[in-house]
Amino acid sequence: MASPAQPGTIFSPALAARFDRLVTLYPVRRSALVPMLLYAQDEIGYVSDAVVAEVAARIGITELDVRNVVSYYSLLKTRPAGKYHVQVCTNISCMLRGGNEILDHCKKKLGIPNKGVTPDGVFSLEEVECIGACSWAPAAQVNYAFHENLTPESMDQVLSDYRAKAPNGEGK
Amino acid sequence: MADVTFTVDGKKLTAPAGTLLIEACRAHGIEIPAFCYYPGLSLQAACRMCVVRIEKVPKLQTACTTPVAEGMVVVTESPEIAQARKATIELLLGNHPLDCPVCDAGGECELQDMTFKYGAHESKFVDIKNHRDEQQWSPVVYFDRPRCILCYRCVRVCGEGMDVWALGIQNRGSGSVIAPNGQDHLDCEECGMCIDICPVGALTSGTYRYKTRPWEMSHVGTVCTHCGDGCKTTLGVRRANDGMEIVRGDNRDKSGINGDFLCIKGRYGFDFANREDRLTQPLVRQPSGELKPVSWDEAIDFAGKRLRELRDARGGQTIGVIGSNRTTNEESYLLQKFARAVLGTNNIDHHRTADYPAFAAAMNGESEASLRDFASAKAVLLLGNDPTEQHPGLAWQIRTGVRLRGQHLYVANHQNIKLRRQATSFLRIRENDYAALITYLAGDDSALDRNGEAKAFRDAIRGEGSLIIVFGSEFRGSDVEALVKFGSSLPNVQLACLGDYANSRGAADMGLYPDLLPGYVPVIAAAHFAQEYGASLPSQPGLDLLQMFDAAGHGELAALYVVGANPVARYNIDPASLRNTFIVAQDLFLTETARLADVVFPAANLYEKSGSVTNTFGDLQLVKKAADRAGTRADFELIVRLAVAMGADVKQLVPFGHRGVRADMGQARGAQSGEADRHGVWLAAHHLEPKLSPFDPFAIFDEIQRLVPAYEVPRLDLLSGNDQHLRSGLVQIQHAATRRDVVWPSNDTLFTSGTLGRYSRTMSSVLESREPAETAAD
Ligand code: SF4
Ligand code: SF4
Ligand code: SF4
Ligand code: FES
Ligand code: FES
Repeated sequence: MASPAQPGTIFSPALAARFDRLVTLYPVRRSALVPMLLYAQDEIGYVSDAVVAEVAARIGITELDVRNVVSYYSLLKTRPAGKYHVQVCTNISCMLRGGNEILDHCKKKLGIPNKGVTPDGVFSLEEVECIGACSWAPAAQVNYAFHENLTPESMDQVLSDYRAKAPNGEGK
Repeated sequence: MADVTFTVDGKKLTAPAGTLLIEACRAHGIEIPAFCYYPGLSLQAACRMCVVRIEKVPKLQTACTTPVAEGMVVVTESPEIAQARKATIELLLGNHPLDCPVCDAGGECELQDMTFKYGAHESKFVDIKNHRDEQQWSPVVYFDRPRCILCYRCVRVCGEGMDVWALGIQNRGSGSVIAPNGQDHLDCEECGMCIDICPVGALTSGTYRYKTRPWEMSHVGTVCTHCGDGCKTTLGVRRANDGMEIVRGDNRDKSGINGDFLCIKGRYGFDFANREDRLTQPLVRQPSGELKPVSWDEAIDFAGKRLRELRDARGGQTIGVIGSNRTTNEESYLLQKFARAVLGTNNIDHHRTADYPAFAAAMNGESEASLRDFASAKAVLLLGNDPTEQHPGLAWQIRTGVRLRGQHLYVANHQNIKLRRQATSFLRIRENDYAALITYLAGDDSALDRNGEAKAFRDAIRGEGSLIIVFGSEFRGSDVEALVKFGSSLPNVQLACLGDYANSRGAADMGLYPDLLPGYVPVIAAAHFAQEYGASLPSQPGLDLLQMFDAAGHGELAALYVVGANPVARYNIDPASLRNTFIVAQDLFLTETARLADVVFPAANLYEKSGSVTNTFGDLQLVKKAADRAGTRADFELIVRLAVAMGADVKQLVPFGHRGVRADMGQARGAQSGEADRHGVWLAAHHLEPKLSPFDPFAIFDEIQRLVPAYEVPRLDLLSGNDQHLRSGLVQIQHAATRRDVVWPSNDTLFTSGTLGRYSRTMSSVLESREPAETAAD
């Protein structure tokens, strides 16, 4: 097993330091796996092969172990998402209140299918299960921000606000 | 633990508290179906096939996770339970392809059997099945995803059992899938344990897939021909144009000394036997220098006459004999008898891979560990060697002991061998410090650079109430003696000495040495052997293997008889030095050595003959004839025929036809040997004497038992296919004078096996598929 101390890291010094501590907080090191993956995804954008390798080495488990967990959670992504990841809920409450229409609208507006990424890399789209905002259905989540009681019009506004935030050529 | 009493299907049963219900039932002949449960692996409770009704518990319970309890009342079959199991199967079949007619597992598939039993042949699912193409993960392992029933057995056996952890489970729910560690391929030990344990045909092997149907094979339980562990392997054979071909090796008979285990060599490394380029005709060198196929009579006559001429003209001491590490005990024994009594020479040797004579001399009544003992031992001290590579069966036994019985493993090695991961304590030493380590362990503090680690290691070992000490070929001669002496200072010690090939130990025990007769009797004290052999035996030690080649270089070796060995390649012999030596070789292939011979006999391999072999732990086992290749003959027969052609008295060589001997009851005649063995067992049990021929290895086995008392094990048990541990006290010698150390370990890995291994396509394809950097599993 690789030693936990890695000379070179793909993470920022702050995150690397955070990880150094994280693995010491639990009775077993591998308990730090899911939080590490979430933080890593926030910083790198997705769970890349390099993330898998470094996380495995830091914890002292195999890369296969890491992949087993990554593939279990749909919120962990192994391909780059857009700078703004638009997650539209179509579960019961949202479905009853027009969630599918919101999703279709987004597809048309962004010109991408479910799980697609816009060519400029600004947006990606995903249909998701209940995000816990049923009382304000239909709902969508963009990165960590919630947008509720959506209509196609308000969804347009949401998207254009994010578009405005993205500097030109941003999102690789 | 105390026993508890409980009721299953109206029967009162008892079992130790803590026993799993499923095991307790099985022990009493009540079979509870199970897909995910597998004895010795962690509990998974994934399949729900084992559900039973337990009184006063509201829902059906999984018998695989429920320990028996006092007063428990259980029902294992009822309409309710059948319905539950049927529903489980129906769900499993929801996406299972109906390709049983072409599936490798068809006919021996647990899912098929359960569907048959519970009748879930109709499905309420109308959705189109989700098909995925078969994937090749390695030269050995193929995966057919839709057939997988997600029992996790493969994942657990690879991780917990093999300590390789190459298989994982990805995704979730019905999308779950078994995944290999290299994303689209496997980096692993290629043992095939996952394939063997898969209850369905989801994991299949490169050697067997789409080759045959299970019911077309006959199955013969015999012993692996590769390393010195002597695992029991069951060969599936079927008729081919030129005999019986082996199509499968597996471990269906889990009663062997290897338990559940086989490595790649035992499971797939039989394929050399089926090669096209095997020798199937005797070859004789013509005046033109070519080796030309001739008839058997011509070849044997020629070789016999020539050997006789040379013996009579130049003397037995100018003839050399090199034996094999893979022939049976009877063959090795016969070979040395032939060398000494017919050729009149003590120039006999073999490729030595361990110093068994030193071990035998040092043991002097100490107890030797069987391979079986390692799984149950409380503590094991492993000195040198890398069992994961060189003794995979031993490594498995040790891992099993550590995992299931909390065995303490102490490892001292000059390398970071993989078994250190199971070690309670691992001591890294320098390569030439093994002898010093023993001195240190025996109490001499000055022997090793003193450090706390070594001291803690020593204290822990000395604190064990019982211990098996197992050592590699790092120990020879007086080091072995010192080691055994140290061992005998501890309570309840057993020892084991590691050598490399299927019958290296047998070759040593049977006296393939220039200075030692069978049972390690020095040639200078040959009295009762001379009596038994009815010949005057040469009484001076002969030349060892290297000295024979030196003599050849000086023109002093008139003839050399090589049986199942390839010394020219192994010892890098200059062919020119053998120019003036008449060479007779018998082998499977035209090896580097055979190529230089004047006469070459095509020989049968260990899977094509019967007899016995002894593994490196002194476990004696019967090998049975499974396969057959037209045009080859067993080494035993070849030695007898050669002796006859030299004018020897065959009754003198093979004492067949005396009272009380046993015979080949058909083992030599084909794959239906199981029946013949049963017949043999019956005859033996009734003190009857079957007919005999001079090619019957059991005729010579009688003589072995007479002359080598350690081999006097119950014949009946041996014939019924049970391994028998040699009786201690193998040694009959007072410690002989210092002997020249010509031990040369083969350093085989998991994927090599001397010359023979080079002829296995499976093993070579694994080697080719690897990057230079190996041991990805570590
Ligand atoms: S080491 Fe390879 S062949 Fe053996 S169980 Fe694991 S994955 Fe299967
Ligand atoms: S591949 Fe075979 S052993 Fe592995 S989970 Fe699937 S059915 Fe079970
Ligand atoms: S461990 Fe040795 S004896 Fe057992 S299957 Fe492998 S090579 Fe054969
Ligand atoms: S159903 Fe959409 S947020 Fe719960
Ligand atoms: S055998 Fe008990 S749940 Fe699978």
